Amino acid sequence: MQGWIPALILGIAALLGAVFLYNTVGRGHRASLIVLGAGALTGVAGALLFMLPLNFCTFEQEHDIIDQVFGVLLIAIGMAITLLPARWVLTRLLNKQSFLAVDASPGAFKGIILPFVFLAPTLIILAVFLYYPSLETFRLSTLLARLGAPRTAFVCVDNFTRLVDDSTYFNTVVVTLLISLAIVVIGLILSLFVAVLAYQPVKGARIYRTLLIWPYAISPVVAGVIFLLMFNPTGGIINYGLDSVFGIQIPWLNDPSVAPWAVILASVWKSMGYNILFYIAGLQNVPKDLLEAASIDGANLVRRFLQITIPLLSPITFFLVITNLTYAFFETFGTIDYLTGGGPLNSTTTMMYRIYQIGIRNNDLGKAAAESIILFVMVIGLTVIQFRTSGNQVTYGA
Amino acid sequence: MATYPQEQARPAVRPTLSERLRGLVPERWYIHVLLWIVCFIIGFPLFYAILVATQTNSDIYAYRFLPGSSLPENWNVVMNIAKLGGYMVNSLFIAIVVTVGKVVLSLLAGLAFVYFRFPGKWLVFGFVLITLMMPTEILILALFRLVNSLGWGNTYLALIVPFLASATGSFLFRQHFANIPSELSEAAQLDGATPMQFLLRILIPISWNTIGALTVIQFVYVWNFYIWPVLIINGQERQVVQVGLRTLMGGDTQTRYGPMMLGAVIASIPPVIVFLLLQKQFMSGFTLTRDK
Repeated sequence: MQGWIPALILGIAALLGAVFLYNTVGRGHRASLIVLGAGALTGVAGALLFMLPLNFCTFEQEHDIIDQVFGVLLIAIGMAITLLPARWVLTRLLNKQSFLAVDASPGAFKGIILPFVFLAPTLIILAVFLYYPSLETFRLSTLLARLGAPRTAFVCVDNFTRLVDDSTYFNTVVVTLLISLAIVVIGLILSLFVAVLAYQPVKGARIYRTLLIWPYAISPVVAGVIFLLMFNPTGGIINYGLDSVFGIQIPWLNDPSVAPWAVILASVWKSMGYNILFYIAGLQNVPKDLLEAASIDGANLVRRFLQITIPLLSPITFFLVITNLTYAFFETFGTIDYLTGGGPLNSTTTMMYRIYQIGIRNNDLGKAAAESIILFVMVIGLTVIQFRTSGNQVTYGA
Repeated sequence: MATYPQEQARPAVRPTLSERLRGLVPERWYIHVLLWIVCFIIGFPLFYAILVATQTNSDIYAYRFLPGSSLPENWNVVMNIAKLGGYMVNSLFIAIVVTVGKVVLSLLAGLAFVYFRFPGKWLVFGFVLITLMMPTEILILALFRLVNSLGWGNTYLALIVPFLASATGSFLFRQHFANIPSELSEAAQLDGATPMQFLLRILIPISWNTIGALTVIQFVYVWNFYIWPVLIINGQERQVVQVGLRTLMGGDTQTRYGPMMLGAVIASIPPVIVFLLLQKQFMSGFTLTRDK
């Protein structure tokens, strides 16, 4: 690689960083020159965040256009990671807000060391068993590595860019999104219906609620085992019921177009308890006087439900969409492993299941790590959305 | 709980037959009917599993909806051939240790976050907050290499230590403590209480709801461990029950559903018991923290 390429990239990064911070923070400020400098430095740091470990390998001549596009993407992400916090820090600095000042919590105990003693076990475990493996996953994703083999080879971003024209990977992503979407939509609609029913003031409401929520405590594996029996084509109770009522038999676990529905139904069954619990909690916060007022104004039951209850439940619905998506991404693993084993014809192989297949069964750590990172990015996206919106959630009553 | 409208004062007239019949049917009977149907549908898979647990394969294929006679035989397969009892003990041990550890560490973290002022608090808080975005499942390959290089492969340490810290728990207690009036800690300090005494004597006794909720969440979470023990534990000596159920799934011979369902039912008992025992705390703890 010619030496001028990294220099050119870093120059552009410095320019972009300076322009960004100047425009968002520094314009017209006395310290605008300092802001320009800080922007240039942060921009360079952002570009180097991924490029330094990769040694600018994506821009070497033997790599094709996909690698280069990927490299530019990595630089952009790296710059976002450094520039956005830098903007926040600079804004606080320029407004003379201190970082060391702590919220004046009344009734605080004295001591600086003691809180760190209390936090130490948590912080150490998080650092060693979450932060370090996260970084290690990034490193692994650039390697050709085998489980148990001592030697590894650096392969730049090949593990990622090979996925671009891997049709089985594309298929996995589609399967994951469709199964997740179905679990969320079907699960939430049914749960809301049941929660409204369980919320009615009838005798024994507490007992009904217990009877509705207990599947929360059932494991995804057990859900897989039980539904394996129920969906069994020959002895399964579901086909027996369908056959005796409608005269049809469905090849639940053998047909690639039906098998995802077996996974979806088992997962919805398992996750409904959790959703119902949250919806009942949410319904308790819908103000009664609002519903009464609407009823006096002549709104019928359906209209009251659609125009008052559902909008007031939207924060909880949103929270549940995120948690259910995370559930669909990860916890369906146990259900799938027992129920379908990812088959038939990979029709129930989700992204998480594929990571297991490739990393453990096929022993290709690097490729599996790259796929982990892609799933990682999706989860980060979900969490960021959740944090950004949970700040302005409506709180009513209480 | 629901409140019921007070009954109208009855006129001193003898009720007619239709009025007397109405008294036998609960108010809003159709809601009861609907609730029964929904409870039945949700409970059916487990009910069916319990039924099959007592049957032979031929009973199942004949769709007999009565308990069969092979429960002792199935029990024998589950306990003596598949040795599910040993897996259950392992799972119980791990679930209890991790749950207790998480609750204790989360209490300490909550105490530090709410009742202390220290420089860099927001940074430490952010450090814990960000871990919410790191599901262990994604890190499993790197974690596997790390734990193996520590020499913890095939040990209980591998199943316990990485899971002792909990961001969820720390936030749950932080939220809960922040809602407690500060007069309480001021009074405790005037009385000369140390932070640990304050935690043990005052905070914990008024936090049982949150502790109960966290206990249910974490016990169920640990009990459901599956992919991690598949990876890190080989051999059945220290294996957990979710993986142990595999031994009941046919393999070379035809799957016998009776033992399989009995195994699934047995494996579900501990988390369901914990859930039922702490149900009240679980629900109220959740309601409190719904908008975290």
